[in-house]
Amino acid sequence: MEPMPKVLKALNWITGALFVVALYMVLFFAPREAVMGDVQRVFYFHVAAGWVGALAFLVTAVTGGIYLARGERRWDLVALASVEIGVIFTFANIVSGSIWARPIWNTWWTWDPRLVTATVMELVYLAYLMLRQGIEDTDRRARFGAVYGIVGFLSVPLTFLSIRIFRTIHPVVIGSSDPTALGAFDMIPKMRVAFFFSLFTFTFVYVTLLWHRLRLQRLSEKVEQMKMKILSV
Amino acid sequence: MIDVRGLVKTFGLKSVLRGLEFHVERGEFVALVGPNGAGKTTFLRILASLSRPSTGEVRVAGYRLPAQAAAVRIRLGVVSHQPLLYGDLTAEENLFFYSRMYGLINPERRVRAVLDMVGLQARRRDLVRQFSRGMQQRLAIGRAILHDPEILLFDEPHTGLDQEAAAMLDTLLRDVAARDRTVVMTSHNLDRAADLAQRIDILSKGVIAASVKRTEIDPLDLPKLYRSVTHV
Amino acid sequence: MSEIGTTKVLEDNLVTLRRTSGLGGYLRAIGAIVWKDLAAELRSRELLGAMLVFALLVVLIFNFALELDIRTRETVTSGVLWVTFAFAGTLGLNRSMAVEKDRGCLDGLLLAPVDRSALYFGKALGNLVFMLIVEAIVLPLYSVLYNTNLFQPGLLAVILLGSIGYVAVGTLLSSMAVQARTRDVLLPILLFPVVLPVLVPAVKASNGFLLGFEMAEIWSWLNLLIVYDVVFIAVAFMVFDYVVEE
Repeated sequence: MEPMPKVLKALNWITGALFVVALYMVLFFAPREAVMGDVQRVFYFHVAAGWVGALAFLVTAVTGGIYLARGERRWDLVALASVEIGVIFTFANIVSGSIWARPIWNTWWTWDPRLVTATVMELVYLAYLMLRQGIEDTDRRARFGAVYGIVGFLSVPLTFLSIRIFRTIHPVVIGSSDPTALGAFDMIPKMRVAFFFSLFTFTFVYVTLLWHRLRLQRLSEKVEQMKMKILSV
Repeated sequence: MIDVRGLVKTFGLKSVLRGLEFHVERGEFVALVGPNGAGKTTFLRILASLSRPSTGEVRVAGYRLPAQAAAVRIRLGVVSHQPLLYGDLTAEENLFFYSRMYGLINPERRVRAVLDMVGLQARRRDLVRQFSRGMQQRLAIGRAILHDPEILLFDEPHTGLDQEAAAMLDTLLRDVAARDRTVVMTSHNLDRAADLAQRIDILSKGVIAASVKRTEIDPLDLPKLYRSVTHV
Repeated sequence: MSEIGTTKVLEDNLVTLRRTSGLGGYLRAIGAIVWKDLAAELRSRELLGAMLVFALLVVLIFNFALELDIRTRETVTSGVLWVTFAFAGTLGLNRSMAVEKDRGCLDGLLLAPVDRSALYFGKALGNLVFMLIVEAIVLPLYSVLYNTNLFQPGLLAVILLGSIGYVAVGTLLSSMAVQARTRDVLLPILLFPVVLPVLVPAVKASNGFLLGFEMAEIWSWLNLLIVYDVVFIAVAFMVFDYVVEE
């Protein structure tokens, strides 16, 4: 068992500490929103989770591109690890949004452009994972993953744009005035601090998780190699 | 004609070819034999520009792979396990299709000549789907020599053929080789390899473990050599 | 057997090849692939037959599922049409790539001295032709069955643009799906979430034409469609090499 690198150990502690501070900020430091009440506090982690999802998928598209250009396996490992994290955080983003929407919009779900886009994005990357699962050959799996990661990442903003324009042309649909984000309520400075601190913290969570995931992959491969060695003796 | 140095090919964690060295002169007929899983097909696919080497230098007809693949492809004819033919097209249509892909001028004449050569002139209007395995294999050879390539690669061309079809194939292979073409053929059948090729290379564990000229070895000693290098 | 014995050497050893690297060779390769797909299909009619029957079944199911009376019909027609095309399209895409995989023909194509993107455009063009043929049969049938006039130049243009985008992504993804173990179920899962930005404006623009909206309103959808078509074709063009090469 190889020891955990020092930087990673430090990162564990920093991320943990940041998370505790972020929790404090979201729950106590940020003031109670006048209209929505406490449920508005979902917003901080909700947006932060969405941010990590988008960031993770961006990383997948970029590392996928690098993999195609250079053919080095480690880039593919980053791409895959990033998708796994992105899928979880996007899911958290959708669920937390739903929790918030129940009292505010009086429904768990509306077909708002952002909701639809987030869901489609989740489906794209679930498809990504299924694609990889269906391919035995590791090189091919990596290449196809990279291609689909790039195509998928390009299509998500296009989906958003399509649905967005669709709503502006037909203003009959509810939710066109964006009650999810900044526009719906004015963030006072303290809220803003809590908000950006959440984003910052979640970015750290992402990096830490990614690192752990890659390390896990390397270790499991080592085990695999040792197994092969033992079996071949 | 073919120059391979330090060729390594890995699939994920598994390395199939481990620093393989391989050289073929113009006009040579080399048989590549070895146990299943020794990497014969992988190696041939790399020579055919269908698979990229992980590391190492591969030169075919003086051109580097994979960088100058296009120049290699036009000088290369390949027959693989599978016939690479379309079942819903006739024999003739398959050849016309490939002659267009290779940019043949005057394909009619060439297609007729090739159909004659592989003995399928009478069946040229029949769908490939209805062909026997042997006939498909003959047409596959016709497809491979359509553009009169300098180098021919055959991957286990005798697989699935009955005696008669195999004998026919041998005649064809000798024919091709007699026309000063460079041929590399994989086989798991030692006798057949010794019968057809001028040189026999034994591939084992990702390297060429032995290489003998047919003139330099008694065919009866070949199995012994084969066993000694493949069962270490 | 005697045939082989007698023809030892070819009479004309001179095989002359055209340059396959220039634009002429590129277009010739695309043309050859399209011709080959059409010739094979004309003979077997497996692909078109399956797509058509499937498309009609989808329309039929919608008829019961949505109770297509005159009022609902007007508003859902474009949706029904595009769902039908999208579903039938996956059948065609899957089959068209499976043909390349089954007898190892993909290797045969890859061995040819032509640029890989020519293979992509050849396959995509063939797929587009199949899709348009199916649409050309479904549209008049739908018109007759539901007594709606679908033959408006605007609508036809939208269908063409939408089909181009669908096929551009579909050809790329089907050539991946066909190389996977789970190939039959994989294509729709890969394709539908990614092709959504093509389908949404296609449905909306079709709807606009059917309901007689102002051109100004429809234009924004058409523009989107054109942009998406270009984007998807460009991306597929760039990454196709990695999908077929090892």
